[in-house]
Amino acid sequence: MLDGYLPAKLSEALDMMAECDCIPFAGGTDLMVQHARGSGVRPCFDKTLLFVSALKELKTFDLMGKTLRIGAAVTLSELLENAATPQIFKEILRQMAAAPTRHMATLAGNICNASPAGDTLPYLYAMDAEVILQSRNETRVLPVADFITAPKRTQRKNDELLTGIRIPAAEFNVESYRKLGQRKGMSLTKASFLGLASTANGRIEDIRIALGSVAPHIVRSRKIESKLTGKNIKDIPGILQELQKDYSALIRPIDDARSTAAYRKQVSLRLIRDFLINCMLKKIP
Amino acid sequence: MKIEFTLNGEKKHLDVHAATRLLDVLRGHFGLIGVKEGCGEGECGACMVLINGRAMNSCMIPMGNLEGKNVITPEAFCQSERGRIIEDAFMEAGAVQCGFCTPGFIMATASLLNANPDPDEAQIREALSGNLCRCTGYTAIVRAVRIAAGKGAGAC
Repeated sequence: MLDGYLPAKLSEALDMMAECDCIPFAGGTDLMVQHARGSGVRPCFDKTLLFVSALKELKTFDLMGKTLRIGAAVTLSELLENAATPQIFKEILRQMAAAPTRHMATLAGNICNASPAGDTLPYLYAMDAEVILQSRNETRVLPVADFITAPKRTQRKNDELLTGIRIPAAEFNVESYRKLGQRKGMSLTKASFLGLASTANGRIEDIRIALGSVAPHIVRSRKIESKLTGKNIKDIPGILQELQKDYSALIRPIDDARSTAAYRKQVSLRLIRDFLINCMLKKIP
Repeated sequence: MKIEFTLNGEKKHLDVHAATRLLDVLRGHFGLIGVKEGCGEGECGACMVLINGRAMNSCMIPMGNLEGKNVITPEAFCQSERGRIIEDAFMEAGAVQCGFCTPGFIMATASLLNANPDPDEAQIREALSGNLCRCTGYTAIVRAVRIAAGKGAGAC
């Protein structure tokens, strides 16, 4: 078995994916830790590492109409430095890991790692972002929310490479992101909350709520969101309990080294209330 | 895997396993022991180097990802004008106690000043948030970065 391969262009990478059992390797900030064997020892991988971080075709970052297209090798630092990246997305990225990790890590890697605690996922779910999967003979586009099927599981086939992410544009006048971790730098998430809404004349036109780290998958419910769309903001307090009950059924956290299920549940429901009451009520004209 | 990269200004050719960590190559093959292995999982910053001018943790970099890259270690950096200013600033501020974390902090400082020659305190704290120091309590280190920026370490 080949230990590693450095393709000169995308077509060569796709040939490799078709012909050998490969692990696509970009920043590697999750892969190196997951395959570590201890101090001074080389990490152990059971497949050929396909190094894709230098592929020019995957370093692209552009706006197609109003859709942000981000190549799979674009790092989190490059996203933070780009003027086209929405402010709320930058706020999320700034709270991820620390600068040295962001200099290497990619958005594509955060998606493929498919952790319920993946910090970019609530945003990608809320924005209806899509992934582009390419193999030698086919290109398919899937919503991120469908691409991730379970913790650590995705729909990526063995011969497919995730080559890019598309984020459709949307404008919001209420934006709130809260990440709860043990400390500010380098912390993994206990629970995270993202609320986005656009309101006009005291009425909710669009609202999206996503929670991370509190269920086997990112929690987002269009059904609950549709109960709010079209409502007057001043009517929210009257249906708050019902909404919290709806979300409570979807929030199914676990106890682990970072936090407890009970804390995660309670804090999630409070973050939902904080957004719907404190952030939204300010928008009543 | 055959890898060609630049280490402290010199072209290097190596034939190594693709998953070999840069950290182990620097310490074991080149004897550059300014990089330290602390946590081995990218949390502590003790193994930090500059790659194409940005601070990265060498424990998380497999050699296969290094082709064509420009690597600067603390040893060579501290020979440069900017390195000397930053090193002096750390001494002046009393930002060093046991010294284990110091090379990493100097790399993080260099990376910050490359991108932002005149950072405010919040920007300094954010840039250093990937480095752990168990002696100083950070205040002196933040002061050292301010002194270095004030003496023009970001401009040279």
